[in-house]
Amino acid sequence: MSPGRRSGLAAKAKVFAALGDETRLLLLAKLGKGQCCSISELTEGTRLTRQAVTKHLRVLERVRVVHAKRAGRENLFVLDPEPMEEVAAYLETVSKQWDGALARLKAFAESDER
Amino acid sequence: MEDRIEKRIEIAAPVARVWRALTDSRQFGEWFLVKMDGPFVAGEAVGGQLTFPGYEHVRMEIVVKTIRPTSYFSYTWHPYAVDPKKDYSQETPTLVEFRLEEARSGTLLVVTESGFDKLPKERYADAFRMNTRGWEQQLQQIGAYVTRAS
Repeated sequence: MSPGRRSGLAAKAKVFAALGDETRLLLLAKLGKGQCCSISELTEGTRLTRQAVTKHLRVLERVRVVHAKRAGRENLFVLDPEPMEEVAAYLETVSKQWDGALARLKAFAESDER
Repeated sequence: MEDRIEKRIEIAAPVARVWRALTDSRQFGEWFLVKMDGPFVAGEAVGGQLTFPGYEHVRMEIVVKTIRPTSYFSYTWHPYAVDPKKDYSQETPTLVEFRLEEARSGTLLVVTESGFDKLPKERYADAFRMNTRGWEQQLQQIGAYVTRAS
């Protein structure tokens, strides 16, 4: 396993650790509907205090599953689609295809010409 | 933003041999795993049927740009265009370039593919879903599931 892949796994492990909490899953479910939510909206309908919700959001923010956007006097929280990660993942996919194709080209060119 | 892929590979075969493997469309198909409909002609489009296991139903279209024997070959295409139901023709294609150089081992081949920044954003998401790193997607599904269940 390459170091890059290992650190990817470590990052995922941290994410899953952050998700291993009922309250945080519930917050994510609310955020998963696609819109930004304020702390008040996220606190609504729960038995949690604003402070508790904020604390849980910080945990999710640290692993970049959620990020905060400043809107006037309050913070709005959104599920982070990590667009740059997507671009990197896309290039990685295409890159792997090239690795495969070029390995086949090498084998083909180094074999006797048919 | 990073928008190109560059690969370098040394091949223990003469430049002329590698050149044929690249620019003879039948030989190209042997390793790229595609059956091209015709030869590569500069400035002309040519299609082919993939022979890549699992993707035999997919066609690929390329437009050959430059053939400069025996050092440079380029074409444009739509990368990862594997959904037969989707029309990729309106997207800006990427440019694939092969540069050949004599090396001690035989041939140094440098391949670049560039122009990914012009691809529509949803294409990234497509590949992302196919990629093993598609866990954010799963996360949203968990979110949707939990929402339904609650």
